[in-house]
Amino acid sequence: MTAIAQSLYMTQRHNRALMRQPWFVAITIVQPFVWLFLFSSLFQSVTEIPGFTSSPTYLDYLVPGVVVMTALFSSGWSGMGLLDDMERGIMDRFLVSPTHRSAIIAGRLAHEAVNLVIQATIIGGLAWIMGARFESGLAGYAVLVVGACLLSATFASISNALALTIRQRESVIGANQFLVLPLTFLSAAFMPLALVPEWIETIAHYNPVNWAVEAGREALLASPDWGFIGLRYAGLLVVAIVAAALATRAFRSYQRAA
Amino acid sequence: MQGHDTSAIRADGLVKRYPGDVTALDGLSFSVEAGTVFGLLGPNGAGKSTTVKVLTTLSRPDDGRAVVAGIDVLRDPERVRHVIGTVGQAIAVDPDASGRENLELAGRIHGLGGTALKQRVDELLAHFGLTEAADRMARTYSGGMRRKLDVATGLTHRPLILFLDEPTTGLDPEARGELWAEIGRLTREDGLTILLTTHYLDEADRLASRLAIVDRGRIVATGSPEELKAELRGDAIVVELADGSADNRAVDAIARVPGIGESLVDGRSLRARAERGAAAVPAVLSALEGAGIGVASVTVSRPSLDDVYLRHTGRAYRQTEESFA
Repeated sequence: MTAIAQSLYMTQRHNRALMRQPWFVAITIVQPFVWLFLFSSLFQSVTEIPGFTSSPTYLDYLVPGVVVMTALFSSGWSGMGLLDDMERGIMDRFLVSPTHRSAIIAGRLAHEAVNLVIQATIIGGLAWIMGARFESGLAGYAVLVVGACLLSATFASISNALALTIRQRESVIGANQFLVLPLTFLSAAFMPLALVPEWIETIAHYNPVNWAVEAGREALLASPDWGFIGLRYAGLLVVAIVAAALATRAFRSYQRAA
Repeated sequence: MQGHDTSAIRADGLVKRYPGDVTALDGLSFSVEAGTVFGLLGPNGAGKSTTVKVLTTLSRPDDGRAVVAGIDVLRDPERVRHVIGTVGQAIAVDPDASGRENLELAGRIHGLGGTALKQRVDELLAHFGLTEAADRMARTYSGGMRRKLDVATGLTHRPLILFLDEPTTGLDPEARGELWAEIGRLTREDGLTILLTTHYLDEADRLASRLAIVDRGRIVATGSPEELKAELRGDAIVVELADGSADNRAVDAIARVPGIGESLVDGRSLRARAERGAAAVPAVLSALEGAGIGVASVTVSRPSLDDVYLRHTGRAYRQTEESFA
């Protein structure tokens, strides 16, 4: 019970801090717009490739990819906040108080989720204005966002675990550079897997980013295959739980070095 | 189990090694009587902060035992965390939260809520003179205000034992004076036990009722500041030499002077102990002159903690920081 209450206080702290940085809020709003506009223009002619049958327009196809990519791009930086707290001595103050280690991690994951829901709402609204249509309506879009949140929890956990074990900004920056873009491109985020080389298709099969993209896209259809979605979301949930548990365990490494 | 032990803190043979063969604590032991200010004094790297990290459950020792408020730190760290407050070297204030929000979060973590929380936060803000700034972001605070908020945060849950790890480092003299007054008040009026680490000799002398001198991970001397100074009979003679190359020649030169105890050269200063300092000065000066060592100035003083430190560690306490009033 206390761990849950403490997680909420931590989430509130991060949310409040974010809202107080106008620049950050502006970037958060502008970024999805740039991606949506940029990618839909860049890959416009993809729909003309024989074999592209997934969606009526590329914009329709793109929305789940942009939502998932946004999740990765924000959550990967989550560990930076932990590093700030470490440098300021705030982390040590939490650790010598009855704060649960899990609440420190959960607070950051929940903050990322709140952040993502806001961004996804902006993306959805913009896409709708640009002409995208979601056959399953708001409920389907919400299912897509849930999957993206699970993926965000995984990447935020990895980012936090790295911050706690390596304790250097470079580790978090490195993980973002080496994981986020390759994993995004090794998925159906921008291109149907039917149109990519077989080795990419094979990797994508085991890539949680692809699970979120494909299940999310399925959820936007008029009559989604719930078994297809359920299986992938179960996988995402397991990966997220394992990653969050590892991040919580990483406090041991931090304290061993203390 | 420790029912008859009246000490608030007890460290027993603490050992802590870091990778790369660094021994931070090398069998460190001491105990602190409840309701007193205890000072751990030593230069940077002596092991003071590591000791605080072990006692506050932040770091696990490789060997030894520690008991805080009757609770075994290694076996039951969660319970220890409920009764201790900490103020570390870094000012642990969230700059993106207001003073009030900083205190509220600290209170909530310790299970305070509702009117009890609001009352406690208002009380602390008023006590530390932060009421007017309460709803401003902490990043707009001055260094002194941040330190006050930091100390207030450590006190939110009314801890039994407060750990202050070099709390006045980086504060201007006025803020330092205010914090000194507050530390004295906390033990006098609230009966708090305080463990203070410092590398300022005068801070330890002024605040602590008992002191332990830490050197290379061990306690080399314990006692009240008066006791430690009384151990050194006689006076301290400090001779400023005209050039810094005299080294052991100066020590050898005065070794034969009657009434001179241990002596040491630290840079240009020759420090020596003498039973009657003023009487020994002429003989010291002529001995140095006889050895051809030039003298710039000479001072005789009652023993200070500086001399205690020199006596127990064999090294002079280089106080490079500015001296304060």
